[in-house]
Amino acid sequence: MKDEHKLRARIRTVTDSAATGLAVLSTILVVAPLVAIFVYLVYKGASSLTPSFFTQIPKPPGEDGGGMANAIFGSAILLGVGSLIGVPLGIGGGIFLAEFGRGTKLANAVRFTADVLNGVPSIVMGIAVYALVVVPQKHFSAFSGGVALGIMMIPTICRTTEEMLLMVPHAVREAALALGVPNWRSVLSITVKTASPGIITGCMLAFARVAGETAPLIFTALGNQFWSANLNEPIAALPLQIWVYAMSPYDEWHRLAWAGSLVLIVLIVAAVSLVRYVTSRGVLKGAS
Amino acid sequence: MGVGIEVTNLNAWYGTNHSLQDINLNMPGNHATALIGPSGCGKSTFVRCLNRMHETNPIARVTGTVRIGDLDIYKDIKPVEIRRRVGMVFQRPNPFPTMSIYDNVAAGLKLNGYTNRHVLDEIVERSLKNSALWDEVKDDLKKKSGASLSGGQQQRLCIARALAVDPEVLLMDEPASALDPVSTSKIEDLIFQLKSQYTIVIVTHNMQQAARVAEKTGFFLNGRMVEFDSTHKIFTNPSDKRTEDYITGRFG
Repeated sequence: MKDEHKLRARIRTVTDSAATGLAVLSTILVVAPLVAIFVYLVYKGASSLTPSFFTQIPKPPGEDGGGMANAIFGSAILLGVGSLIGVPLGIGGGIFLAEFGRGTKLANAVRFTADVLNGVPSIVMGIAVYALVVVPQKHFSAFSGGVALGIMMIPTICRTTEEMLLMVPHAVREAALALGVPNWRSVLSITVKTASPGIITGCMLAFARVAGETAPLIFTALGNQFWSANLNEPIAALPLQIWVYAMSPYDEWHRLAWAGSLVLIVLIVAAVSLVRYVTSRGVLKGAS
Repeated sequence: MGVGIEVTNLNAWYGTNHSLQDINLNMPGNHATALIGPSGCGKSTFVRCLNRMHETNPIARVTGTVRIGDLDIYKDIKPVEIRRRVGMVFQRPNPFPTMSIYDNVAAGLKLNGYTNRHVLDEIVERSLKNSALWDEVKDDLKKKSGASLSGGQQQRLCIARALAVDPEVLLMDEPASALDPVSTSKIEDLIFQLKSQYTIVIVTHNMQQAARVAEKTGFFLNGRMVEFDSTHKIFTNPSDKRTEDYITGRFG
């Protein structure tokens, strides 16, 4: 009897170690590509990260130096315009799906459309915005690039917002209604506020995804070798610049492309961390 | 001040389920009325008809009249207005998790557009004192989330939140069933004090609790009200055999 207990305890210990080992292994497999990419980018690009990289605009091939200041700035403009379009529309759509349209035909249609939109290849999005914005305006522009990125952000934000709102406990909604708070007010001030950490995560996911998009910008923002802060003119963007440099035959430009990739990743991580930090400062002790 | 509640021929449905049938009763103002009965007998549905929360469920329906004070709440007034006059405390404490203790109490006022800081400060303090929570939280009002309190404290916070909008009636749906005995006795003491200012309707599974806090008790069974009388009479000499069976523990 005692031996059998010992044997079973031994089996349990071994099973436990095996399961833990598998979990650790999976974690390593998931994290390894990210670490590998980052290390390789640092290896290839760090040497080109001079101050001039952040302060100068590209120089003609053959000349040394030059930087991507205009592309970094351009990406910020494009993502800003994209977020101004994608975040409110996405969150608004999510609120409609979860709170006001639940079970209606319109809501089902909106949800279906969002899912399809999520699957549309980004190059198709670029062509669509080209036809809808660039052609009528008769010129490429930062604005049209922002529109393309914004539309790409909508489905992710919309569906995450919906999911997060549906996770808010029914008891919390009832508490607000029982205080005599009108339904729309309860949705905006209580339900959305309670779900806001999840909604912000959704916005960050969408932001990080479109920050690296090249295809939708080819037919819209076009790219620019010079400074531009004008929404009505073509504008440079990091992914576009990386693409152009990487395709070029010049070694100097290849190095700059590596450096640009490194900067792009670091900037995305920085932007996401900053938003997380700012939005977590107001959180109270013990808030769930 | 609390006002009386007069219920006439109240019927309620969830879909095709006729969950309340021909309820008639008068609950006096500034008293506590307890509602007892086995699970699923319609007690909760009944109190939810008293502040029109029942109809927030899309498949729910209700007929009959409920007069609170001199208002017919299904004719004279909008649902959001009646819910400000008839506060409600739920079975499980449900503070707003992202709000501070202060904001939880002030929520009903703030969300209805009150912004005067001094008035809000005063009301928050008074409500927390009335719910016997003030001394435990006065130093953390704006620092801690409502969700960081213990279960018993959360329930008193929810009572303070309901009191802050200055209701005339307070509905309590098994307010102590998720709490430990110490917290329960605090809630019961509280109900005792609150009776002087509010009319209280309390649903409970705990018959000692009904006997301790309420002057009147109603016994519900299968969607009907079997008996409604003074608490003393219900527990010592009920007129209906089914009431007697229930309170002596023969079923339910």
